[in-house]
Amino acid sequence: MSGPVKLRAEHVRKVFDVEGKPLVAVEDVTMTVRENEFVTIVGTSGCGKSTFLNMVAGLIPITSGILEVDGKPVTGPGADRGMVFQKYTLFPWLKVLDNVKFSLKKKKGLSAREKDDIAREYLRLVGLAGFEDAYPAQLSGGMQQRVAIARALAYKPSILLMDEPFGALDAQTRGLMQELLLKVWEEHKTTILFVTHDIDEAIFLADRVYVMTARPGRIKKEVPVPLPRPRDYHIMTTEEFIAVKREVMDLIREESLKAMQ
Amino acid sequence: MLDQLLALREDIPRRYYIATSVTGLLVLFISWCVITYGGLVSPIFLPTPTAIVKAAIKAIQDGSLWADTKASVYRIMVGWLISTLFALPIGLLMGNFKFFEALFEPPIDFIRYMPAVAFVPLSILWTGVGDTQKFVILFIGTFFQEVLMVADNVKHVPKEIINVSYTFGLNKWEVLTQVILPYAMPGIMDTLRITLGWAWTYLVVAELVAAKVGLGYSIMRAQRYLQTDKIILGILVIGILGLITDYSFKFASSVLFPWAKGGRSA
Ligand SMILES: Nc1ncnc2c1ncn2[C@@H]1O[C@H](COP(=O)(O)OP(=O)(O)OP(=O)(O)O)[C@@H](O)[C@H]1O
Ligand SMILES: [Mg+2]
Repeated sequence: MSGPVKLRAEHVRKVFDVEGKPLVAVEDVTMTVRENEFVTIVGTSGCGKSTFLNMVAGLIPITSGILEVDGKPVTGPGADRGMVFQKYTLFPWLKVLDNVKFSLKKKKGLSAREKDDIAREYLRLVGLAGFEDAYPAQLSGGMQQRVAIARALAYKPSILLMDEPFGALDAQTRGLMQELLLKVWEEHKTTILFVTHDIDEAIFLADRVYVMTARPGRIKKEVPVPLPRPRDYHIMTTEEFIAVKREVMDLIREESLKAMQ
Repeated sequence: MLDQLLALREDIPRRYYIATSVTGLLVLFISWCVITYGGLVSPIFLPTPTAIVKAAIKAIQDGSLWADTKASVYRIMVGWLISTLFALPIGLLMGNFKFFEALFEPPIDFIRYMPAVAFVPLSILWTGVGDTQKFVILFIGTFFQEVLMVADNVKHVPKEIINVSYTFGLNKWEVLTQVILPYAMPGIMDTLRITLGWAWTYLVVAELVAAKVGLGYSIMRAQRYLQTDKIILGILVIGILGLITDYSFKFASSVLFPWAKGGRSA
């Protein structure tokens, strides 16, 4: 893993102004994501994961620090960074196929026909061929998030940001979605930064896991995941997996205890 | 059986639903018949159904019902359209830009508590006794609520939907027209439906003075001559016309926005 750096964050800090009082949401995040890497950030609820991801997406400005994507400082949202959100964000008035095509609106040099083909291809990839003409309200939560993933992948962002995309799903569906995501990632080699509070999920998906402290969030430790790929769910019961999990759990537990005091 | 009918926030079988609605109306109608035909109240207070039907036939034959209805529908439509013409853009601006909210909300909040009927003398001073005066009253009755409701419809678009659109490279203007507007459309349509209903309720106020024709006016005149049958006829016609416009809107909504089953989304 030593491709070119896609994302570079150095001492990124975010202070919100809550009715005149400063609220430190992200204390200090320093991290890198390299091309074609799958990196996860794991941390307890409220530690600033969404805030950090939103800053990378350019949806909220950083207070201080350095934040670069492909060597250029982040100044606002852009089509080089795709995002899949915690909440369902499909456009309810558009059919599934049109939802995916919506992300291609601003892509130059593609004919209507090509956009159509791309959208269908990504829907097939997430296992939703045949649902092109359904409205989002007719789909289950898991299916909606798969459409959102297809939509974010379709315009080929330089880096894909995912904010607990499976957080609202039941454990079984969640597991299937994780495997599906890995399959898509392996087939289509993209760079993914994935945020979650689920330790198993963080390790199962990642090449490297960044563990965050409790609020206000700092990077506590970077944990490499030396597990072979391609992976399936059986890997979660191997000794190697459990060794990594023990390390991450100890780190998180320290933080949870701190947060409770 | 009773348990099934009174299920808490659950659907009940459609035929039970319809049967219940019909029964409710029937009970109302039968009570009316018993009270009036039974001579329990004087016809001056409440005339019999037969008297209403006779009044209706007479009003149809002498052409007054048609003339009144035409005049009133015209006033309602124009008054409501003017109100909507202003409420849509101003509401959209208020819901999307804090600047416009700060600019428009204080005066609107202030005026909307003023009773429309109090504006009748002023409106005559301003615009005379023609149809324009009626439009002004209908406008005052509907606009100030309508504009706030439109602003609210727009504000209900979730932040995440807006954010995800930015990540596709859309600019502010495109997000406004291609995301916020379509998302808010069913809600706005609902607002239009409800405010048109309100316009109907302001009809009598609008035709209170200085009218020579109109359903509201016909009610006021019938009151002067104690023609209770005509009063009730007028009220019924307004009710029925209001119902027709309401259902037309609901129907249009279900055709235009098939994705928003039940008129609401998310
Ligand atoms: N726009 C905002 N204004 C003020 N405070 C905010 C804002 N957004 C987030 N915060 C605060 O910043 C902190 C971090 O929030 P954030 O949503 O980033 O946490 P998170 O790690 O994503 O949590 P979760 O796992 O529950 O999603 C919280 O205390 C939150 O209240
Ligand atoms: Mg979050």
